[in-house]
Amino acid sequence: MHDQPFHHTLTVNRELCRGCTHCMKRCPTEAIRITGGKAQVDPERCVDCGQCMDACPHHAILIEQSDINQIFEYTYRVAVVPSLMIGQFEDTVSEDEMIAALHHIGFTHITYAEFGVDILKTLGNRISVYADEHPVVSSYCPAVVRLIQLRYPSLLPNVNLVRTPAQIAALYARGVLESQGISSESIGVFYITPCAAKYAQIKTPGSATEGLIQGGLNLDSVYNLIQTYLAQKPVKTESWEHPPITSGSFLWSLIKGESASMQGRTLSIDEIHNVIEFLELVEDERHENLDFLELRACDTGCTGGVLTPRNRFLATERIKHHAEKLPQELDESVKQEILRHSEKLIHNLKVDRIAAKLSLQLDSDLSLALKKMEKVRAITAVLPGIDCGLCGSPTCRALAEDIARGNASIRRCMVLKMKNPHGYHNLVKVWGEAVPPQHSTTEEV
Amino acid sequence: MQVSYEVKAGDFSRAGHVSSTVKGLMKQLAISPVLIKRIIVALYEAEVNVVAHSYGGTIACTIEPDTVAIEVRDTGPGIPDLELAMTEGYSTATPEVREMGFGAGMGLSNIRKNADTLHIDTGADQPTVITMQFSLLHEVNHA
Repeated sequence: MHDQPFHHTLTVNRELCRGCTHCMKRCPTEAIRITGGKAQVDPERCVDCGQCMDACPHHAILIEQSDINQIFEYTYRVAVVPSLMIGQFEDTVSEDEMIAALHHIGFTHITYAEFGVDILKTLGNRISVYADEHPVVSSYCPAVVRLIQLRYPSLLPNVNLVRTPAQIAALYARGVLESQGISSESIGVFYITPCAAKYAQIKTPGSATEGLIQGGLNLDSVYNLIQTYLAQKPVKTESWEHPPITSGSFLWSLIKGESASMQGRTLSIDEIHNVIEFLELVEDERHENLDFLELRACDTGCTGGVLTPRNRFLATERIKHHAEKLPQELDESVKQEILRHSEKLIHNLKVDRIAAKLSLQLDSDLSLALKKMEKVRAITAVLPGIDCGLCGSPTCRALAEDIARGNASIRRCMVLKMKNPHGYHNLVKVWGEAVPPQHSTTEEV
Repeated sequence: MQVSYEVKAGDFSRAGHVSSTVKGLMKQLAISPVLIKRIIVALYEAEVNVVAHSYGGTIACTIEPDTVAIEVRDTGPGIPDLELAMTEGYSTATPEVREMGFGAGMGLSNIRKNADTLHIDTGADQPTVITMQFSLLHEVNHA
């Protein structure tokens, strides 16, 4: 994969945004600035973790809406459903009803995303990982992978290159249909995504899901469709077959769900700021005793995704409760079916190596980067250091970087202005004004 | 650009703080991740040496477009037998220090492995000054 722009799913609604700085303060990659009183997201830095959406008190951060009608462009419509879907409902909604609702919505075939784990186990008798360096870092959470591309490029060789369960489930579902003589073009595979990052990954050209998954559907909108169907109190008609899955795989998206299947010493860390704290340590290479790291951007893992309607703790409990009823092993017939497709699957289990994103560097030229860094240090020294955020940058240091990059002026610092209006004007002379964007015309002073 | 930091003797809980800070700076400059790793491993070892074996000292990093130069200067007590100290696995660390996960005797040899040039000025009852250089222009082969 080349260094190419990420597709982003999060946008700021300028009508609703009050420029309150909550999102800017929470953003783990300092991607947000408040300009002209409104939040703006730098697409080169955003990893689609969804923290801003969660932090916004005015619901001004919106996620790209998926259109359910896109599925009807295909004759065969496969839903890849994350196991956490069942966790979104109270015990009164059974798996039967959920599956029936999904068929009613328009899907012809349904597979659990985590069934991909069972496929992997069946193919290799255990879960395999593939990475150039140790400890292996899970690639399950696309926000974490993007975070590593951006902030920890030295750890890219540690990222597991084996496809995620959802991708493997999609690959298998597609393979099974094609083996029945169905043309590839008439099959549409849709992944119901609990978070912005997974949705964004599907939309990114050249990503690991290209060609495999035709579209993403936001979990909350599918949840609404299911609830609408259930509210109509359908007379119990036909009962659909439950998609196969084992109890262990069903728990995969929960904390320690993935690491439980891994060999050696493992750690699982959830919530992106915790992940960052830990990746700093991993980068320093002082933890050679660890074998596998399960890292999730959301609190409590995928049940904490921004698109999940239900409380994440209740959802987790329901998933665990449901898993208790599931078998430990797949049916022999299901295993045989998987093995019949093993040839095709085995050659497609790995993704390409992942490229770094260099957007946090001050400049791509080392000499210029050094000059800018000198400037950052000098500016930081005069700024108040209280990180109030009034300037529209998350910290004083971030404002200094913005000034050094030519994206802001020291005029933005309200504290300096109030403390020493005279000195403030001198500082503007020293550090200069913001360089206007190239497309706009320079105004006369 | 030059940055310098003080390192306190015996402050194991902060050991690694300087190397983490320098790492953060280098990641914002256009220096390759592989090179940053090498520099930080060497710097970390030197930093821990100051904490574990010296009376305290300073670390100065000079980053230029073509080189990174690091000078680690302590106030003693110095290394009486440098050749022995450079031997892998040789350590004068106390059992207490080893219990904290330090003192494996790999410090100086790890620095030598990672730095392009290394110079150590020391002796019994003398300050120790370690200077190491890393070339940014071409990747020197490190086995």
